[in-house]
Amino acid sequence: MPDDIRPLLHASGISKFFPGAVALDEVELTLLPGEVHALLGENGAGKSTLIKCLTGAYRRDGGTITLNGAEIDPASTNESQALGIGTVYQEVNLLPNLTVAENLFLGRQITRGGLLRRRAMIRAAREVLLDYGLDIDPAEPLTSYSVAVQQVVAIARAVEMSGKVLILDEPTASLDRDEVQLVFSVIRKLRDRGLAVVFITHFLDQVFEISDRATVLRNGRVVGERDLGQVTPNDIVTLMLGRQLEERVHERKGGRAGEVLVEVEALGKRGMIEPFDLTIHEGEVVGLAGLLGSGRTETANLLFGAVQGDQGRLRKRGQEIRITRPRDAITQRFALCPEDRKTDGIVGDLSVRDNIILALQARQGWTRPLPRARVNEIAEHYVRALDIRLASLDMPIRLLSGGNQQKALLARWLATQPELLILDEPTRGIDVGAHAEIIALIERLREEGMALLVASSELEELVAYSTRVIVLRDRRQVGELTGDQITPSNIVAAIAAEAPKEVTA
Amino acid sequence: MSATTPSVFKRILPQLIILAVVLALNVIVFPGFLNIEVHNGRIFGNLIDVLNRGAPVALLCIGMTLVIATRGIDLSVGAVMAIAGATAASLVSDGHHWTTSLLGALLVGSLCGLWNGFLVAVLRIQPIVATLVLMVAGRGIAQLITEGTILTFIDPGLIRLGAGTIIGIPTPILIWIALGAGAILAVRRTALGMLIEAIGINEASSRLAGINSRVLLICVYAMTGLCAALAGVIVAADIKGADANNAGLWLELDAILAVVIGGNSLLGGRFSILASLLGALIIQSVNSLILLSGMPPEFNLIIKSVLILCILVIQSPKVGHLIYMLRASSLHVPPPEPPSRRVLTPKEDAQ
Repeated sequence: MPDDIRPLLHASGISKFFPGAVALDEVELTLLPGEVHALLGENGAGKSTLIKCLTGAYRRDGGTITLNGAEIDPASTNESQALGIGTVYQEVNLLPNLTVAENLFLGRQITRGGLLRRRAMIRAAREVLLDYGLDIDPAEPLTSYSVAVQQVVAIARAVEMSGKVLILDEPTASLDRDEVQLVFSVIRKLRDRGLAVVFITHFLDQVFEISDRATVLRNGRVVGERDLGQVTPNDIVTLMLGRQLEERVHERKGGRAGEVLVEVEALGKRGMIEPFDLTIHEGEVVGLAGLLGSGRTETANLLFGAVQGDQGRLRKRGQEIRITRPRDAITQRFALCPEDRKTDGIVGDLSVRDNIILALQARQGWTRPLPRARVNEIAEHYVRALDIRLASLDMPIRLLSGGNQQKALLARWLATQPELLILDEPTRGIDVGAHAEIIALIERLREEGMALLVASSELEELVAYSTRVIVLRDRRQVGELTGDQITPSNIVAAIAAEAPKEVTA
Repeated sequence: MSATTPSVFKRILPQLIILAVVLALNVIVFPGFLNIEVHNGRIFGNLIDVLNRGAPVALLCIGMTLVIATRGIDLSVGAVMAIAGATAASLVSDGHHWTTSLLGALLVGSLCGLWNGFLVAVLRIQPIVATLVLMVAGRGIAQLITEGTILTFIDPGLIRLGAGTIIGIPTPILIWIALGAGAILAVRRTALGMLIEAIGINEASSRLAGINSRVLLICVYAMTGLCAALAGVIVAADIKGADANNAGLWLELDAILAVVIGGNSLLGGRFSILASLLGALIIQSVNSLILLSGMPPEFNLIIKSVLILCILVIQSPKVGHLIYMLRASSLHVPPPEPPSRRVLTPKEDAQ
């Protein structure tokens, strides 16, 4: 950091505790005037908590914030806005049915004697937006413009109201390449005007394209502040994932990949994941690697029908199949343990027993209830086989620990005797013991000849069980590693590889 | 699923206690409350009246319990009652046999339910809004069927459903007990109950587990329509006429109340039809209490709401927690909670 420039905003020692967890641990953030500062980290690293502490949406439990050298203590987002800190979120938080001008001036309308001066407002809005390179009619409703334009309007609103620090929380997540450039050109203008812009994104190439410096968070701590001109994407990924990457080659034992089970041809969905091909054999574990938002989860969801694709074909054992919803996939003996266990996996208030037999029972239909004895037999079998720790099968599943919930969900799917088991982040948020057991289970299932597709952000874990790793970046498959190529550093290299230079602006 | 006898008893214990208390109050204000007599082969008594008069709400709350278990609600059941009553009356006065009229009314009620189910499950309209449509439109439809009059009929077959007896017991009692028992068996002896609960607790998870939530939701609303139709026919048969304006008026609220008194969460999930039925009986016992106490009728609604409020306050989680804490603290004094420690390790001088 150059010493001669006084920081515009300086936050130091920011801490935030949630019941039972430390969300932020003495985090330090320095923003210089006229810079774009990337805030990086995997999910749960503390990015949004930090933002919320800065904008006053959360009360911090420790630390100080200074703006232009003066200490500030915003108690609400309104207060921070008035102080000069504006925020724009991924989902445009404007009012879609109002006009562009109304959105821009909402809360500080131009009035005379208590009456709106509509025409003056539209004129002022047009001038403001021209500054941002938008030549649009501000009298039109916001929804008549693209998301990118809406995003720029949101930025304009935030800057006009605040004007010192602009925080952009994943502003490009739902934009395509050209639209990203539109937003970027606006960001560059603001930077040149001397604002400090905080840029949060999961797209690494965008970070390097627009940002000057980056602060990387992991597990609520700052693990590094870097000048992006002097580091490679590789360094940043290593910082984010935070491992001394071990070059340990895992011996691949037993069971070779068998016959082709599933062939995917050009399956994709616009704005979610580019069409991809994928072949999965019996008795192999295909790992999906990539940063958040790279398309790991999307691949899994599309294959299972949790999300319906808009193109592509699927074959199972050479036969064409159609999967438009999870029920179809289950009929084809596919299974998916979703990424978010709480919202998409467990049925919290139902008993562990009911949760385990849920998918099997759903496939059988409600008219053919599993006999009670059989239910108990299945549930007890998996409780034993997977070593699920519980007081009773009758207890609600939400009372189990994360690892045991995950095992119960695995039991739910194993009970359906799947041919293809898709696991999305199977070890997220579970304790070390269960972690090792789940990895051993994946290994065992593979040896028994099951086909598995596992998406994970834990590189070492992927290396441990995958027979093949597919690397995704920017919603696209960008590489495939097999055999001895599968090492953490090779995966990082593939994730971080510079995107092919394209001139799109 | 896991409906073993002790757990069922534990589940409905609060409702049983409340019912016992309200019945005891009835006995206090009217000592002959529990007397049951037989005249001309028909049993009479205040207790029988409670069971008999409670039939419409009991029937409604069977379907309402299921709908609420799916995290929905059905505001249209009162209006569906009016439609079904009008249909039955109109069919029977057109000379159809009473069984045909009954089946016709049930069919119309089920169609109303299907319509609600379609709005909720297919078009994904919020249940409270979706069913509000039929709540408003339903009385209009009923008025069209009765052509704006109170359509009276004299068919003894149809009248027996509301005012008659079978082996000395008023028919409505037998109907709601039979339907209630049938519904309980249907949801607990098949996987239906569990799947409905799963949808109500977490629809996203349920969908991913392969549950056909759309079909299930439609069925549940259709079932509610059917229950409402049956209630509508009973009410019409009881007064020997279909009153499009007043039949089932505000009863949807009583039905929801019965479900709530039954300890079922409006947020969906685990449910007990039996407890809802007890809730319906509690409401009817409160009605009877007000009647027997000889209070001026203008106090009725206020007393009823005060009593209901008391029941709900006693059942509320806050009070439940308070009772739990009182009991726990009388057993032992817990050690004071240590002040929240900072679970930070000293920070290394990084970078």
